[in-house]
Parts: sequence; structure tokens; C-alpha cells
Amino acid sequence: MAKLATIYIMGKEYKVPSTLTILQAIEASGFLFIRGCGCRGGFCGACSTVYRTKDSYKLKVALACQTKIEDGMFLAQIPFYPGNKATHNLSQIKPTTETLCALYPEIMRCISCGSCTKVCPQDIKVMDYVNAAIRGDYKKIAELSFDCIMCGLCATRCPAEIVQYNVALVARRIYGAHVMKKAQHVDKRLDQMKENQFASEIEELMKSSVDQLKERYTKRDMEK
Amino acid sequence: MYPKEFQESIKKVEATRQARMTQQFPMLSLADRTILLEAYHPDYKKGTMRQISVGVNKGDKTPHEFANLFEAYSHINPNNFTIPSPKYETDVLIIGGGGAGVAAAIVAKQAKANVFLVTKLRVADANTTMAQGGIQAADKENDSPAIHYLDVVGGGGFKNIPELVRALVSDGPEVIRWLEELGVIFDKAPDGTMLSIHGGGTSRKRMHPCRDYTGAELMRCLKDEFLDQKIKYLEYTGALELLKDSDGKCVGAVLVNMENGEVFTVKAKTTILATGGAGQLHIQGFPTSNHYGATADGLVLAYRSGAKLTFLDTIQYHPTGVGYPEQILGQLITEKVRGVGAQLVNADGERFIYDLETRDVVSSAIIREIQDRKKGIMSVTSGGVWLDTPLIEMKSGSGTILKQLPAMHRQFIKFGIDMTKEPVITYPTQHYQNGGILCNEYAETNIPGLYVAGEVTGGVHGRNRLMGNSLLDILVFGRRAGTHAAELAAKTTEVKPGTINHVKKYHSELEKAGIPKERKSPMLLPDYRPKEFQDRYSFLSHLK
Repeated sequence: MAKLATIYIMGKEYKVPSTLTILQAIEASGFLFIRGCGCRGGFCGACSTVYRTKDSYKLKVALACQTKIEDGMFLAQIPFYPGNKATHNLSQIKPTTETLCALYPEIMRCISCGSCTKVCPQDIKVMDYVNAAIRGDYKKIAELSFDCIMCGLCATRCPAEIVQYNVALVARRIYGAHVMKKAQHVDKRLDQMKENQFASEIEELMKSSVDQLKERYTKRDMEK
Repeated sequence: MYPKEFQESIKKVEATRQARMTQQFPMLSLADRTILLEAYHPDYKKGTMRQISVGVNKGDKTPHEFANLFEAYSHINPNNFTIPSPKYETDVLIIGGGGAGVAAAIVAKQAKANVFLVTKLRVADANTTMAQGGIQAADKENDSPAIHYLDVVGGGGFKNIPELVRALVSDGPEVIRWLEELGVIFDKAPDGTMLSIHGGGTSRKRMHPCRDYTGAELMRCLKDEFLDQKIKYLEYTGALELLKDSDGKCVGAVLVNMENGEVFTVKAKTTILATGGAGQLHIQGFPTSNHYGATADGLVLAYRSGAKLTFLDTIQYHPTGVGYPEQILGQLITEKVRGVGAQLVNADGERFIYDLETRDVVSSAIIREIQDRKKGIMSVTSGGVWLDTPLIEMKSGSGTILKQLPAMHRQFIKFGIDMTKEPVITYPTQHYQNGGILCNEYAETNIPGLYVAGEVTGGVHGRNRLMGNSLLDILVFGRRAGTHAAELAAKTTEVKPGTINHVKKYHSELEKAGIPKERKSPMLLPDYRPKEFQDRYSFLSHLK
């Protein structure tokens, strides 16, 4: 039996095995998640949690599914954040400096306090990409923000009310769709598909017996 | 840092690393694959399955965990339940907010249909978001959809449904172009050429990654487009039953608001089920790499309404789930880790399988190594084998892991393990539902008006899916479902009232088979609370 730890879920005391993650500890305390739990693997940002440990005034954040509990932890989840998302028509949009400022004028209110960077559970340099957004440096935003899981913690701490993750998302989409080059080999293949180049070969495979398929499969040449 | 008991074994892994770097390890022949699978793959383990006693697939074998959901009563009692008049009416109803459902929604909306999407968690809360390593598509010069076809059926044990495989491989290049246009940032050379790698069982490097956040990147772009298209949706809304009219056509669904318990209906000209997989069933007690919502709900709803299921006796166990530390047990270590050069080795630092065999084969080999050859590393759980990750840095240069596998690095460093310097411990984890609802290449089921897409379907991957073919599958069939459901909706002028007479009929079958009354499905959410807290979920408790 693992040692027990004392945690405080929204202020109320519970004792749970000390080896659990925050997510498991909340469940072990008898709570059923409807909100506040998603992929359970660190990819979806559903379980962002704010906590404080005993004898400290500092507020810390974590993904509940990726963080082991500590004895004396006071914790609360942020299951929803009413952040603004500007809608747009991606195919019509241009990768200019004005675009992001027009979609999200509040980025100009950034006071470079760094709260967003400090709070990010993915250790993303959020403030740096907001600054890149003001400059219209799409490549920089894409590079810096790519590992964002859109948990929303940055927006909760922003004194300028910027919804950083949505700014980054539209910037990345613009970068992907309008700045990065399209793969030419995809164009070529699409042309070939239009001419039905592979249809008869596939049909022949569909008609093949299992033994014929096995023979062809075994004889495949493997790309090194 | 690992505890002391693993240190000796780590030294052995380090001692053999240099020699292993250039060592060629042979692939198995098809015959040897079969021998290994039959001896060690969990699908072949005795006593883990039973025949379904009711419904269309009566007599077919399936894991007990699936059978328990099929042999179960509806949350609503069809004898005293008055179907509420529709709260919403739509052309196309989509149940499920993952990659398949959202792709279907975007395409159906573009085809001028009214679309209404419901999901029991948030839009994008799905296994799609957790897919890491890449998406397959035969779009390079040395590749072709026909070569892709052969890889798919070879991986699936030559059992796949040919028409579905043709659809999968033929739509691949178009799907990649669609994603580029949606703004997905693939790993590319400056001239736009995709950087592509191998997955287990591929004969060409056709895996297109976005670092190791491929699914997350695809899903967030799809979701953003979905929101830009202003498609109507409701979150935290579970599906309890499908509605069928007097002609047997699917005309919507009975839904529940999971926060206040309100039960309501949506009337729809066509319905798309895209509810995903079943990892949260923990088949045979395996841990899972799957999302919180992966509870097989769509299978249950479709089955009760008379849809035929297929390949119910095969589950994919991903060879490399996390085996240590226990906090993240069963979470996925992407196949890309092997794709870029890591090797599986036993406690003595020896290789025991070619690393890019298909998943079913590699999982079986790991189980053999631990169970029979006793060369596993005994950790807090069932044990595991090493995945020698520092080899990646040795082969491709220092910094490769941070650049290509940032999510994996993050996952382990949070628990004090630096995979650039230390190997990681791995064990198979329940990953994918190979089987599901039978459909044709237009995503149609045997129920008129009911379409399906994504992991909830069965047949395209046969008995084993290849890496990167699920992201492709959800988009190929999501788009097809969206197109065809919108087409049929456009031709539909009148929607007759929906009934749950099919549930009544199903219940009488259950009673005849002597199924205990307290067994209910769909599951909607897994219950991880301690036993003494487990009861009927509060949002269902008013349903008698």
C-alpha cells in the first residue's frame, strides 16, 4: 500500500495514495470527471490545473494528467475559459503584418509582462510569439508555438486579455496555407490520379487470391 | 533517473549499443509471423472472448468487455419512454467530435447541408488529438496507391475489405492536399517536399509527420475550420439511442445533456456516427493509450438499431505503451521513435525483433520476451522491455529527439527520465479497435440514412492497422460520409417521426437470453472512482 498524501480539492481535504497524478487523485477522492478531463496523455489541454503548495504563496499550474501530486497541494481546475476566437476565411486571408492585428487587435495591448510564458505547462515562449505576431513574423510564431496544446492557461493570466493560443493557431494556419510551399509531388500524384493511372493495378490487387497477394507482399522491395 | 534495480540492466543496454547500431536484424517470414501471433497475441488468448447472444451478429466471438456492452439494456425504457418532440432539426446530424466527425461536418457544410454536431466531451477531444507519428499517403515518386494497398492488406493479415482499402489509398494524396490548404504544418523541406519516414510494415517512407504532434496539429486546424464555418454544435452531449422511422430509416437520435440530465431528440435527414474507439474498456486488463471518451458508444447504438458489425474479435495492442513510471502507464510512445532509429532490446541489451514489423507482431514478440524468455525488466507493473532511445541521437546527431520528438521528451522528462540519455521502458497497450460497424466505400451502413466514419467502423484495416493509416482513414471516410450524407439529405423532402421500436425489440431479445436487467449501455464515460463511489451517473439517474 502506497503512502497517503493529503490534498485539498477546491479547499476540501482528501487523503489519497501519494504516487497518483492529480487527475487520478481527484478520481480517487470520488469525483467523476465530466469536464476537466480529456486525453489523459498530455495532448489535449482539458485538465489544466492551478495549485499552491503548503507554506508558499506562489500559484503554480500543471496538466493534471502529467503531474504527480505533492503532499499539501491545494488545487482547482479551469475546465472552461471564455476566450475570444475571431472567425476568418483562411483561403482569402493574406500573410501580412496587418492581418493578425486586424483579427486580434488586443495583441497590441501586450505589456510584455511575461505572465503567459511563465504559466505555460509546455514551456512555450508565449510572450515571444505574441511579439512576433505584432511584427507579423509568421515563421517565428509557427516555430515557437507549434507544441501548444491550447489549454488556455496563458489567456487566464494575461492582463491585456489576449487569447494567445487562438492568435497562434490562426498564424500557424496562415503560415501553413500561404507561406510554406505546397508539396509538388502531391500535385504530380493528383494529376496521375485524375488520369486513373493506378486504378487497374489496384483492381487487379482487389481480385487477387490471398496466395497471390502473399507472394507479391513477400517480394515487395523495401525502401532503405 | 531510474531506481537502482534498473541500473544494472541499463549498463547492459549501453554496452551493446555501439554494436547494435549497425546490426542488421532479419524480418520475419509471413509463416513465422503467424506462429508468433497465434502463440502470443492477446487476440488468441483462451477464455478472453465469448459469442454474442443477441442481435445481428449473434454467434460471433468478441471480447467479454464488448459483449457486456452489447448484452445490455438501454438507459431509457422503451415501454414507458415518450419520445420528446425534436428540440433541433437538421439535414445532417453528426455524433462525435473527433477527426472523422469534424471532417464530415466541414465537407457536408460545404455541400450546403445544415449540419449539427454533438459530442460528449469537447470538439476535438478524441484519439485523433493523441495521434503522434504521422499520416500515411502514397504521394511520392517511388510510391503508388497500389503499393500502399499491398502494405495495408499485408499488415491486416490479408483479411481487409478490398473496396474500403481502395478508397483509403486512393483518397490519400487528395487528403494531404486538403490538409495543406487547411494550413496544417507538415515537416517539409524548404521547397515543399514532405519529409517522410517508415512505419511498421510500410515498404515506402510514406509517413508524413508534424513533429510528434501530428494528430494534434491536424485536429486543431480541422476544429478551427469547423468554427470558422460556424457549424452548430453541442458539447457534453451524449447519445443514448438512434431514432428510426416506420420504414427502418435512421432519422436522428435521442441525446442527453450530461450536465443537467435533459433528454432530448434531434430530427435529422441523415445521421453520421463517428464516435471513435474503445480503449477505455481495458480489454483483458490492458492499460490504454486512448482518450477518456473511447467507450465504444457508437457500436452499441448502431448494433441496437440493427447495423451489422465486423472484425469484432480483433483489437490492436500498440507495442510501445509506457511501461514506467506508473503515473503514465499505457500512454503512447509513438512508433515514430522506432521510425527514426530507436531499438527494442531486452533486459540483457539484446535485440529480439525487427523493430518495424507490424504492430501485432512486435507486441507479440515483447510479450514472448517477458513471459517465456524471462528477459523483461520487472518494474512496478507487469514489466517491460527497453526502447533504446539514446540510439536516435547517436545515429542522427544530438538534438534530434528534441526536434522530432518533443512530446515524447516532455512526457518522460516530467518524471525525471531523459530519453536522450536513458532508454525508456515499454509494454503493449490497448490502442485501436480494428473492428466496428460495417460500411461500404460510401460510408453507408445497412441502415438507410446511417453513415459511419473513423475508428467506429471495421474492415478497412483487417486484423491489424498500420501506423498512420488511422489519421488517413478518419479523413478519407469522414469526408466521404459528409459528402454522401449531405447528398442524401438534399434529396430527402420528408422526415417521418422517429421511434425506438428497435430498442423495444432488442430488449425482448435480451430478456429471452436472460441478460441481467441492471446491465446498461452505452457506457458514455469510464468510471475511475473507487468502487464504493461508483453508481449510476447523476445525469442518467432520473431515467427509470
